[in-house]
Amino acid sequence: MLKILKYSFYDLMRSRWSYVYFAFYLLLGIVLLFLNNDLSKAVITLMNVIIVLVPLIGTIFGVMYYYSSKEFTELLLAQPLKRSSIFLGQYLGVALSLTMSLILGLGIPFVFYGLFESSAIWDFSLLLITGAFLTFIFTALAFNIALSNENKIKGFGYAILLWLCLAIIYDGLFLMTLIMFEDYPLDKVSLIGTMLNPIDLSRTLILLKLDISALLGYTGAVFKQFFGTNFGLMVSFVMLTVWVLLPVVRIVYKSKKKDF
Amino acid sequence: MVSIQNLHKRFGKNQVLKGVDLSINDGGIFAVLGPNGSGKTTLIKSLLGMVIPNKGNITVLGENVKKNSNYRHQIDYLPQIANFPSNLKVKELIRMIKDLRGNTTEDLRLIKLFKLEPFLDKKLGNLSGGTKQKVNLVLTFMFDCPLIILDEPTTGLDPISLIRLKDLIQAEKAKGKTILITSHIMSFVEEVSDEIVFLLEGQIYFKGSISALKTKTNQPNFEHAIASILTDNHA
Repeated sequence: MLKILKYSFYDLMRSRWSYVYFAFYLLLGIVLLFLNNDLSKAVITLMNVIIVLVPLIGTIFGVMYYYSSKEFTELLLAQPLKRSSIFLGQYLGVALSLTMSLILGLGIPFVFYGLFESSAIWDFSLLLITGAFLTFIFTALAFNIALSNENKIKGFGYAILLWLCLAIIYDGLFLMTLIMFEDYPLDKVSLIGTMLNPIDLSRTLILLKLDISALLGYTGAVFKQFFGTNFGLMVSFVMLTVWVLLPVVRIVYKSKKKDF
Repeated sequence: MVSIQNLHKRFGKNQVLKGVDLSINDGGIFAVLGPNGSGKTTLIKSLLGMVIPNKGNITVLGENVKKNSNYRHQIDYLPQIANFPSNLKVKELIRMIKDLRGNTTEDLRLIKLFKLEPFLDKKLGNLSGGTKQKVNLVLTFMFDCPLIILDEPTTGLDPISLIRLKDLIQAEKAKGKTILITSHIMSFVEEVSDEIVFLLEGQIYFKGSISALKTKTNQPNFEHAIASILTDNHA
């Protein structure tokens, strides 16, 4: 698996898109720091961008890589290699190179701005960790979609739909249910609802770490009580890990049954 | 060497292989023939574990191919269309396959044989079809495996390379290897193969030597013998 990972990673590192992605974050980091002149505020703005953009890039890139490396995959399949190691190697190659672009692209301007002397370092690290989690989750989901759809157009369509559902539609539906059932105690439901969507979960996690939960009213207080504690933080990270593991398990399962 | 029992494969509603039984002994050149869509490539891909059969059993050199990848160390496979990752250089691809399968020095001889030296630093995406096929041949023949599977090996080759390919195949046969070939070029098949396996509508229609086929179909020439099977069964 490590050999496949190595080749996929090198292959991606040489492709233009990794640099574009890296340059984009670099630019974003620099611009935000210039405009805000304040590390913690820049972190909040960054969060809003990352929460939406990282899943989108992860999905699109994952689907794109799978389809464009189809020939390479077929070449590998005839070699004495396990299927699981071929696909996991490719998945990790994509996810790691995206994560690296994210961490380096955002990290470099922040480090130069004086991140290490600032108190925002923990918030910033949390931001990068959730960003990495989101990359791994959505790349894995993208691989699942691509493995299940021979047709590229369909694959891309489903991938975008998935992103739209989790990033936007889920929130809308969630809010509607909360309004419809507002006469009932909803703190537990909303907690669970947040847990079930990795994007919401990451957003809540960062918001509460940033100590602006007062803006969220009573529910914010309940959330703060849960996510603010070490227990809540642990549960959230366990949930994010589960979100990575489930699609990865399906990649292995699906790839074993597929014809090439 | 290879034994296949009751192999069935269906793609959606399309039943491609309908109970193929085949055993191939050690040594010799076997040609798998059949009209388009008769299941030749599916049969070969099942042998390689790339296609997962719905039913049936395949053993290669005594190892069951199901959920196994180790037996592929014993197989050299030449895929039908040489579609390589286009932003790799020829040199890098060869190095990568060696890294994955084990080291060999045979590649240098083959590169010289097919005159590929000027292309080593070029990207695979920029090569012509014939040159890609030559790279494909180098990748296949550089390892020393007892079973060699060639899917349409002649595609895109110029006459000189074709002669070199035939010599290469004969040399491998002389080492006692088993070689499986699919091809639509009947003269090539007639020249190189010892025995043919004819697939028709997902089943084995004929297995035996070319002369046996000629007597069976009552035709003096191989190409007409094949054509007569097809017209008799489709008319």
